[in-house]
Amino acid sequence: MKPVTEIRSRTAVLPFENIDTDRIIPARFLTTTERSGLGKYAFNDWRYQADGSDNPDFPLNKTETKGCAILVAGHNFGCGSSREHAPWALLDFGLQAVISSEIADIFRSNSLKNGLLTIVLPADAHRRLLEQPGIELSIDVREQFVELPDGSRIGFELEPFAKHCLLNGVDQLGYLLQQDEAISAYERQHERQEVAA
Amino acid sequence: MTAKTLFEKVWDAHEVVAETEATPATLYVDLHLIHEVTTPQAFTELRQRGLPVRRPDKVLATLDHSTPTTPADAAGHYTYVTPEAEQQVHMLQANCAEFGIELNGWGSDHRGIVHVIGPEYGATQPGMTIVCGDSHTATHGAFGALAFGIGTTEVGHVLATQCLLQRKPKTLAIHVSGKLKPGVGAKDLILHVIGSIGVGGGTGQVIEYRGSAIEALSMEQRMTVCNMSIEAGARAGLIAPDETTFAWLKGRPRAPQGAAWDAAVKHWKTLVTDEGARYDNEVFIDAADIGATITYGTHPGMVTPIGAAIPAARDAQEEKALAYMQFSGGQQLTGEKVDVVFVGSCTNSRLSDLREAANVMRGRKVAPGVRALIVPGSVLIKREAEAEGLDEVFRAAGAEWREAGCSMCIGMNGDIAQPGQLVVSTSNRNFEGRQGKGARTVLASPLVAAVAAVTGQITDPSAFLEQAA
Ligand code: SF4
Repeated sequence: MKPVTEIRSRTAVLPFENIDTDRIIPARFLTTTERSGLGKYAFNDWRYQADGSDNPDFPLNKTETKGCAILVAGHNFGCGSSREHAPWALLDFGLQAVISSEIADIFRSNSLKNGLLTIVLPADAHRRLLEQPGIELSIDVREQFVELPDGSRIGFELEPFAKHCLLNGVDQLGYLLQQDEAISAYERQHERQEVAA
Repeated sequence: MTAKTLFEKVWDAHEVVAETEATPATLYVDLHLIHEVTTPQAFTELRQRGLPVRRPDKVLATLDHSTPTTPADAAGHYTYVTPEAEQQVHMLQANCAEFGIELNGWGSDHRGIVHVIGPEYGATQPGMTIVCGDSHTATHGAFGALAFGIGTTEVGHVLATQCLLQRKPKTLAIHVSGKLKPGVGAKDLILHVIGSIGVGGGTGQVIEYRGSAIEALSMEQRMTVCNMSIEAGARAGLIAPDETTFAWLKGRPRAPQGAAWDAAVKHWKTLVTDEGARYDNEVFIDAADIGATITYGTHPGMVTPIGAAIPAARDAQEEKALAYMQFSGGQQLTGEKVDVVFVGSCTNSRLSDLREAANVMRGRKVAPGVRALIVPGSVLIKREAEAEGLDEVFRAAGAEWREAGCSMCIGMNGDIAQPGQLVVSTSNRNFEGRQGKGARTVLASPLVAAVAAVTGQITDPSAFLEQAA
């Protein structure tokens, strides 16, 4: 994983609440056995028309949102399934951060493990961003703030361990593997209890 | 000793390393369930790093999502929807063989939907931590197990270390007091709960369902309730184990036997929330307020009692949902013409669910123009249903009796509805396109689904049963 320290981009806005993982990537694309190349399916059933051409009404198809790395979406983004294909698809599509007023637990956990930053902002700040698509934001991961074009800053929370992993580009499996001794001790103790029972 | 909730007891017993401000807890996993869809990339990662599976004995695999629900041909070949679906299945078979994991695959009695086979096999037990790369893992909470849905990266973590990194979630108690009305079941109860607290109402929390209406539920019904915890955004859902739980588990293949059984039950009886233990949040619901409940929108929180008018859209979101569903505010759903009925999924594909549907279909016909799919949750359930003659009931009614699997719940195997079709489904998600692009899904109990199948329209089951009596 590459370190994520700062993200600067114009925003693309999807002003809908409860955007679920079936919207982000429909189930029929989950038969893949790879994690790469899923960007073409991101928001598939919204993004394309029946004949396969781009749906001109879909916000992420507009010329002004092309290349945007920050998505601002409605409340409770990423609800539904545990499919990690959702953040894989968004990252491959070119997104680096998703901002909402609530982000579903499993989606958030999956995203952070892949270097897709998820940011939850207070309702009023979130509303302001929803209302101003295309503004240039700068996100500072170390200092945990989003900076608007007028220089104002909105702080956000970030789980310290996820932050450490993002900033240093480390993956969590390495950390877990280092705990081998503690895990073995737990297993020995547990199995003794089972035998005693 | 401080009073603890059921959740805290299970959590504390599995902390390998407690959480600190800087790091999440390392939580030991007792049972890891895997299936073909969310694992290939995890095994690839293991292989790339040269890591073994730490505890293959604690992993149980099955095939369910991409598998066809039509029988094999004479030569034993299954027809998959795409070569990719078949490849995914082959990959899990190969991965299980390579890493020494027990696979309940083709030919096994215990092949089936991952959340159906875990309990059925007796692998799911009270007090365990259980994970699966699937959001409906909360189903296993019905046994008083702490069960989380995880992503594929975490599947890799658990395969390699048998541990999961987790921040301690908050707790939410949902008390359901009183008694459910006749004809109202577990599915109605949980839809009502999600409607009450909202699809994000459980975010960051583990729900414990409690109260007299919960205690009165059978194990199958408890699984239906816990299954849909994720639809309220919760990390997990739990019900304290009791005599109902023990009686259900006893004698199952992986359940402890003999003296070990007695010792286990003694321990399991301690898995209750202590008097005086505190939850972070609590919700109180009276079972008498719950009627036969269905969804009318595009998420499981948009629910209404059957027979009530659908609420008017409160915002642009709901307007969009109603437009997709081709419904309008103030309208009754009863009388709405139905195209497809699906009885199945990890929410409602167990024997009791099939009986509920068969009781309605016995001696009746599926209405003209309606396609009814009945998909048992596991091979064993299919066999048990056939031993009771339920398959004959369904076939005689004109319904399709299928092989076990997820089927139209997610439509990955090609069992899908067509654009615009109205589906009454016993599954758990009515998201846009979930059951096929453009398909309109109404979630309901097996009773409501079966009544819809024979009447050809959304029908109040109590009115139907009265008429039939
Ligand atoms: S039945 Fe549906 S919800 Fe359950 S595991 Fe299968 S796809 Fe997921």
